[in-house]
Amino acid sequence: MRNLLRNILTVALTTILIAGILWAGGPADQEQTHGYGLGRPATDQEVKAWNIDVAPTGEGLPAGQGTAKQGAALFAVRCATCHGPTGKEGPMDRLIGGAGTLASQHPIKTVGSYWPYATTLYDYVHRAMPFPAPQSLSPDEVYSVVAWLLYQNGIIAEDTVLDAHSLPGISMPNRRGFSPDPRPDVPKP
Amino acid sequence: MTKHLQEEGPSGGDGRLDAEDESLLNRRSLLAGTAGLVGAMLMGPMRLAADATTEISPEDPTRVPGATPTAYGQRSVFEKAVRIPRSWWSSLTPLQDSHGILTPSSLHFERHHNGVPTIQPAQHRLLVHGMVDQPWTFAMEDLKRFPSVSRLAFIECSGNSGAEWRGPVGQTAQHTHGLTSTSEWTGVALKTVLQEVGMNSEASWMLAEGGDAAAMTRSLPLVSIMEEAILCYAQNGEPLRPEQGYPLRLLVPGWEGNTCIKWLRRLKLGRAPFMTREETSQYTDLMPDGTARQFTMVMEAKSVITSPSGGQRIQPGFLEIRGLAWSGRGRIASVEVSTDAGRSWRQAALQEPILPKCHTRFHLSWRWNGEDVILQSRCLDDTGYRQPDRTALVAVRGVNSVYHYNAIQSWHIAADGKVSNVHA
Ligand code: HEC
Repeated sequence: MRNLLRNILTVALTTILIAGILWAGGPADQEQTHGYGLGRPATDQEVKAWNIDVAPTGEGLPAGQGTAKQGAALFAVRCATCHGPTGKEGPMDRLIGGAGTLASQHPIKTVGSYWPYATTLYDYVHRAMPFPAPQSLSPDEVYSVVAWLLYQNGIIAEDTVLDAHSLPGISMPNRRGFSPDPRPDVPKP
Repeated sequence: MTKHLQEEGPSGGDGRLDAEDESLLNRRSLLAGTAGLVGAMLMGPMRLAADATTEISPEDPTRVPGATPTAYGQRSVFEKAVRIPRSWWSSLTPLQDSHGILTPSSLHFERHHNGVPTIQPAQHRLLVHGMVDQPWTFAMEDLKRFPSVSRLAFIECSGNSGAEWRGPVGQTAQHTHGLTSTSEWTGVALKTVLQEVGMNSEASWMLAEGGDAAAMTRSLPLVSIMEEAILCYAQNGEPLRPEQGYPLRLLVPGWEGNTCIKWLRRLKLGRAPFMTREETSQYTDLMPDGTARQFTMVMEAKSVITSPSGGQRIQPGFLEIRGLAWSGRGRIASVEVSTDAGRSWRQAALQEPILPKCHTRFHLSWRWNGEDVILQSRCLDDTGYRQPDRTALVAVRGVNSVYHYNAIQSWHIAADGKVSNVHA
């Protein structure tokens, strides 16, 4: 079936290509879309399997939901060995606290003190955590553990339900903390 | 006293053998020679070659047949320069042992976010979707059929020298500057592939994603990368090394290493940055006022003296000061060297080729008279940007920005010839 489709496609593409050559009176214009005739259309399934990014608008968030209460248990089992029982102790990245430290001598950059978008947390936890088994959490599990991290950082209430609708609306404390690259910035001697 | 040449670790002294080692070596090579000859009669010349040259060198190589050809070459057993693993996520290039401007692929620094994946090239696909006519997928064979492009370029991790913000921490040039390397990179121009797919003219940002366990992801502004970015399948004349993204990686010449997504499997075009963790929580530069700079992509001009450098010991008399300079904005225009902690500067010679966004080798002849001195180098690129001294850099950015430390490096030479890292 696949082969048949591919054959039909190849014939179609070749026809277009030849038509192009006749029309242009020379070799196919390679500046044109599909001018080289390489690759093939991706199937919906192929796109869906890899299209895992979540934008600040919420685009890319899946169906599902969770609360901090549900996330607490998951964090204890799947995350605490590396991030500490309360998300502060490590040994890996500290995830909780640090508010008001960014301008100090010893800034503590965490989800609560530093991250500008809550959607990024969904994206990252799903794509890369837990570290030994990335992409293993279900959407409900990701929403829950994200809710727990935001609750522990004092950003949402314990019973706030996170889903594709509510997550993009959450305003992060350091949302306005970023500016574009001003370099070169060091005055010449 | 059963020390064997091959067992000598990379940090096993300065590579010289003491007298006892040498006599042992001679005795062993004699034995090996005899055994090798007997072996050769029994098993053919391959055996002789392996015994005589990979384990022990003959007393007089002009009197013993040498090795036969090998399927995949290795460096001399006497060469010991290695990458230093810093942790599970990176290893450093031994710049102090490098010559010219190229980094051997096996010594190119590493940085990964959840290990080096093993990817079967026949199964690898590049998906291009988002603001394109139609989502499209390419096999490696497709990508290799496009017209190819190739260039030399450095890749530097934005965290290179990052520990130096807080003090003179690195012991050697490898520790202070080893997260930069130069290769020839070959592949297909990003522009060619996006044209093939039919990019929507309103697309302005591209998400690039890796097929590793971190699914490492960055958003890149199309207008800035379109002319130079390459989807690379080869490095220094052979397919990419696994650590460098086999079978496919992005190269954005002059930009921080993490933008050159390795194990590249997906490009998604859109209208705005995707704001992944790697461009919000990470790879943003915290300033003293508590705000952070975002999308600080270019690696500004930087240089380091690689010889003499930290951890080495020099002898009085003539020596050539050697080092590397590079700029993510263009070509190196000049390098100056100071042997008096920056009070006076002399022009170093630049060695050809002097290529944009590429390591450039510099030299200066010098005579050390045994005095306590501080060596420094500073470079200027062809945009007029001059590498800053530490004081000027820290005055603007403080010491907490983690990334993009490119201040002048100072090496102190003590009266006994020992070289160490200092902030001067
Ligand atoms: C085996 C150890 C391990 C486990 C288990 C683990 N993590 Fe992580 N986590 C890490 C490491 C290591 C990093 C840093 C990765 C990097 O920098 O590339 C990290 C980074 C993070 C970050 C980003 C921190 C920042 O400020 O950028 C978040 C958020 C996070 N982990 C959440 C979780 C959650 C939620 C779980 C449980 C579902 C979890 N982690 C389980 C090791 C772990």
